[in-house]
Amino acid sequence: MERREGISKLLGRELYIDDVPMDRGLWGATVRSPSPRGRIREVRFSPDVNWDEFVVVDHRDIPGENHVWLIESDQPVLAADSVRHVHEPVVLLAHHSREMVHRAVRSVEVIVDPAPPVLDFRLPPGADGIQHGTDNVFSHIVIRKGDVDAALADAPVVIEGTYETGAQEHVYLENQGMVAWIDGDVVVVKGSLQCPYYVHAALTHGLGRAEDRVRVIQSPTGGGFGGKEEYPSVLALHVALLALKAGAPVKMIYDRPEDMAATTKRHPAWIRHRTGVDLDGRLLAQAVEVVFDGGAYVTLSPVVLSRGLIHAGGPYACDNVRIDGRAVLTNSVPFGAFRGFGAPQTIFAVERQMDKIAEELGMDPVELRRMNLIREGQSTATGQIIRDGADRLEVLDRALDLSAYREKQEEHARFNAAHEDLRRGVGLSTYFHGAGFTGGGEVHLSSVAKVEARPDGRIEVLTSNIEMGQGTLTIFTQIASESLGLEPDDVVIAEADTFRVPNSGPTVASRTVMVVGRLIEKACADLVAKLGDSDLRGPDLKQAIVDWYRKHSGGVLDGAARYEPPPGTSWDEDSYRGDAYGAFAWGACVVEVEVDLRTLGTRVLDVVAVQEVGKVLNELLARGQIQGGVVQAIGWALMEECVWSDGAMVNNQLTNYMIPTSDDVPPIRVDFLEAPYAHGTGGAKGIGELPVDGPAPAVAAAIEAATGTHPRVIPVTPERLMELYDGA
Amino acid sequence: MRVLMPDTLEEAYGMLAAEPLTPVAGGTDLLAHWPGNHDARKRAYLDLSGVSGLRFMHWGDEALTLGGLTTYSDVIWDSRVVEEFPLLADAGGQVGSIQIQARGTWAGNIANGSPAADGVPVLMAYDAVVVLGSEEGDQEVLLADFYLGYKKMRLRAHQLIRAIRLPRREYDFQRFVKVGARNAQAITKIGVALTRSEERWRVVVNSMAPTVRRCPALEAMLDEDRPVSGPEDLLTAIREDLAPIDDIRSTAAYREKTLARVLYFDLKGVCPSFA
Amino acid sequence: MAHDAREDTVHVEFTLNGKVVSVEAQPADRLLDTIRYGLALPGTKEGCGEGECGSCTVLLDGLPANSCLVPTYQVRGRTVETVESLSEEDVAPLLRTGATQCGACTPGVVMTATWIRRHPEVLEAQGIRALMAGNLCRCTGYDGIVEGVEALVARETGG
Repeated sequence: MERREGISKLLGRELYIDDVPMDRGLWGATVRSPSPRGRIREVRFSPDVNWDEFVVVDHRDIPGENHVWLIESDQPVLAADSVRHVHEPVVLLAHHSREMVHRAVRSVEVIVDPAPPVLDFRLPPGADGIQHGTDNVFSHIVIRKGDVDAALADAPVVIEGTYETGAQEHVYLENQGMVAWIDGDVVVVKGSLQCPYYVHAALTHGLGRAEDRVRVIQSPTGGGFGGKEEYPSVLALHVALLALKAGAPVKMIYDRPEDMAATTKRHPAWIRHRTGVDLDGRLLAQAVEVVFDGGAYVTLSPVVLSRGLIHAGGPYACDNVRIDGRAVLTNSVPFGAFRGFGAPQTIFAVERQMDKIAEELGMDPVELRRMNLIREGQSTATGQIIRDGADRLEVLDRALDLSAYREKQEEHARFNAAHEDLRRGVGLSTYFHGAGFTGGGEVHLSSVAKVEARPDGRIEVLTSNIEMGQGTLTIFTQIASESLGLEPDDVVIAEADTFRVPNSGPTVASRTVMVVGRLIEKACADLVAKLGDSDLRGPDLKQAIVDWYRKHSGGVLDGAARYEPPPGTSWDEDSYRGDAYGAFAWGACVVEVEVDLRTLGTRVLDVVAVQEVGKVLNELLARGQIQGGVVQAIGWALMEECVWSDGAMVNNQLTNYMIPTSDDVPPIRVDFLEAPYAHGTGGAKGIGELPVDGPAPAVAAAIEAATGTHPRVIPVTPERLMELYDGA
Repeated sequence: MRVLMPDTLEEAYGMLAAEPLTPVAGGTDLLAHWPGNHDARKRAYLDLSGVSGLRFMHWGDEALTLGGLTTYSDVIWDSRVVEEFPLLADAGGQVGSIQIQARGTWAGNIANGSPAADGVPVLMAYDAVVVLGSEEGDQEVLLADFYLGYKKMRLRAHQLIRAIRLPRREYDFQRFVKVGARNAQAITKIGVALTRSEERWRVVVNSMAPTVRRCPALEAMLDEDRPVSGPEDLLTAIREDLAPIDDIRSTAAYREKTLARVLYFDLKGVCPSFA
Repeated sequence: MAHDAREDTVHVEFTLNGKVVSVEAQPADRLLDTIRYGLALPGTKEGCGEGECGSCTVLLDGLPANSCLVPTYQVRGRTVETVESLSEEDVAPLLRTGATQCGACTPGVVMTATWIRRHPEVLEAQGIRALMAGNLCRCTGYDGIVEGVEALVARETGG
């Protein structure tokens, strides 16, 4: 099936939040902290502006609790007495004129008595830097399996390596934006977002309103990648506060520099591995330390850390594992959800460590991986036994075959001997990604999906999962129409409006198809069962629905399903033992690069990404997800670098923060293997995040093969590679 | 904000003579982040886009002349230019995207005075002459002598870049190398244009000094066939000619070393004195 | 007649999607805003406001241009085409290759693609990947777009 809203998007007819004209509304804007840390001494409004024309909101206007509802209650909606990062919101303004309000922002001065900021997450904070608990640690998690210390002591070889990954900006092409208005006694917020019920919860807490007096509607969303997971709650609170005070609709649309400077990014990470191996290369012990930069507030850092740690050992079997990780405070703009959610960082480290082990043992990195990849019946770091019918060796071999990995190695040896200023190399990574919320997360979410029949026989699907480019509208249409034997046009996907749709959870964590899709299947079955004949499908079903409505005037025929964990799974949150995810998808990636020794610039020549995903429900959409994820990861590996000053991004524009263009990447060659997952929709496992995990270490490995350097830090910019190359 | 929109050069000259105005051609530099650029929106501008007869390419016996409104696209897609002045097509094709190339002008690139201007090194390496027009008549300045310092140039307030003249010569070597953070449409970290005609070299570099500039020390090394056995042998001359800095796009050290390597590897097969 | 636009407005008459339109523009107005807000054609998107992402690409006298960098007064007497000028048939090949995901870059992509479709001879000098480099996309990884442009051109040239 082709993308359902595709033609509408191709013809520019999809109406994003800034595309809908406001009726007599105001434009909102944000006054932000100029300082990374300190007490607010004064907020000075310039006498040159007639402030009577403006709606002005500060922390005293917040009717509910002054914090953004999430894991902890530490992030203020608007700073009251002190600030913890540059760009922290302090005052909100609204005016009829977009230009006037943005100009007025410059006429409000936030004067801060500075305190010493904590800016390097890799260093322990000084006593005067403590701002959270006793040690600035937001979250500390340890995963233990076997006896690592004993195994390291006994191992014939112990190899150490330290790895670092940088922040990454989402660069969704549609900036953050929202509109709020008052409808009777209901505050309505509509905008670009991934998680309607997160925003709903944040509004009920911050505005101190009952759940039925807050309504959240998702508008067509121009990309998210995690960037519209938690941040929209902040923006929703701001725009709602302005609308409440103004008594009129208010729209806030960030421009690109504000969006890049003030919203979340991927967590920077520092990761150290100590790995015990035997002389054949078998993993005996993995000791991993992980530190993530959380930024100024807790936000989602504990869960990002959790997922990062669960993936930190890689897709390998090892009996003795200790993964010890912390997310810590710095006075930086808070880091947040970004496709992969901590896993790309830790997988970069473990994959680079595997290459280092291979090199130190004089082994082939392919054979090292082949030996250690999890086999059926073996377990992950949390002790989750893998018995999913997937053949991880086949994933690896398929990637090697498709990429002609061995042939390329030989070809490169000849090429490099023949060229003075060019070097080619090929690199490999193997990886995995758990789909859905971690551990008991899905049970806790307890998602509900609904389907509702219409009197004309069509079916409407109601969930809180949204389309942001990844294909939800198409896949949900496909799932419902195939479940019921109906034509796609007979399926309507409801707008994600909290007044209509049940809470089927956030649109994150590669869970939409695997988890929510399955609920739609079950809800469809529930609806059909109500008609008294569970075998009804297609035109017969449609007719039965029409007949039902004739008989039940005023009634509603619907079906619903609530999440139930797959039987036999267990997770212990305290010990971090058990089944972390319902299923893992598996991947292998081969990257070929050419390094120009004049500039130390790296050009990617070829990429092959092979993944086992349970079942591909829609080939075109699945391929597009993989290709897009791979290119994001290539950007992160090679060129996407945030430049910081006082914990704020200073290259916050697209001319200075580089993402790959069409001319920077080759065709991304994708292949799928399928071992159906019994509890996923049609056998499918989640695939949204998997493609971001593998390319960065494969790029680094390819550069290593080409140049003989050992990239341990990404992005491998030409500047960084020149230091490595000239030092080598 | 005020915008004056002359239809003819004479009108434009008269307006410029009467008051200080900032000329606008394609607008690609001026309008970046325009809604937030409150200071720029207070100024007065002279819009040249409606001035007739300013967008042309004229082939004379001695020179090719580009008009003050001639765009990158005009040049890139012209097969005669590609043949005789290939560096113009090379550099023009690397200024931003095709969307920018369709709007941006060579004269605007010169007048904006950015040290990272991609169009300027190749013009300078071809010994371009800038024709400055005003009510007082034309004044001609060698582009190599045009810049005085960061965003400072020999262009008086009542003058416009009316045309750019490129002498037609035989070149036995010409190359433009742009190093950016990615393959396409990146602001330049290092750019270098190289030409050799009648045994005389031109080495012009951007993004490594307050202005785009010719490099006399490097040119002398090449003209005099001084022996070069590796990139490091070029560093002294590079440091004499240029003054790169660390900024958000790169580092001084990277710029110096990369320029040395580009020059070394690209000239190795060309200059017998390079070992 | 030379025009001196002070703080007042400029009368701008131009051809938009085949029809002559006229607007009273402020000197500081960008073509992007005039199209989106003044003329209520919101298909053209703003992604960066500095001519980097290409989401606001329109065809100006037939050539792709970033409408965020075009002063509205400069289009007097000229021809502007936006994504709203296209039909379903014009874009159908792009649907089949997966050229759109989130859709925010798409109108710009489609306009550059339309220019290439009309001038396939440009492909003799530069490849699709180079020509499309002014249209950033964060979703597709570009394969769907590049294949879509290939399909558009093939349909046009019978290739």
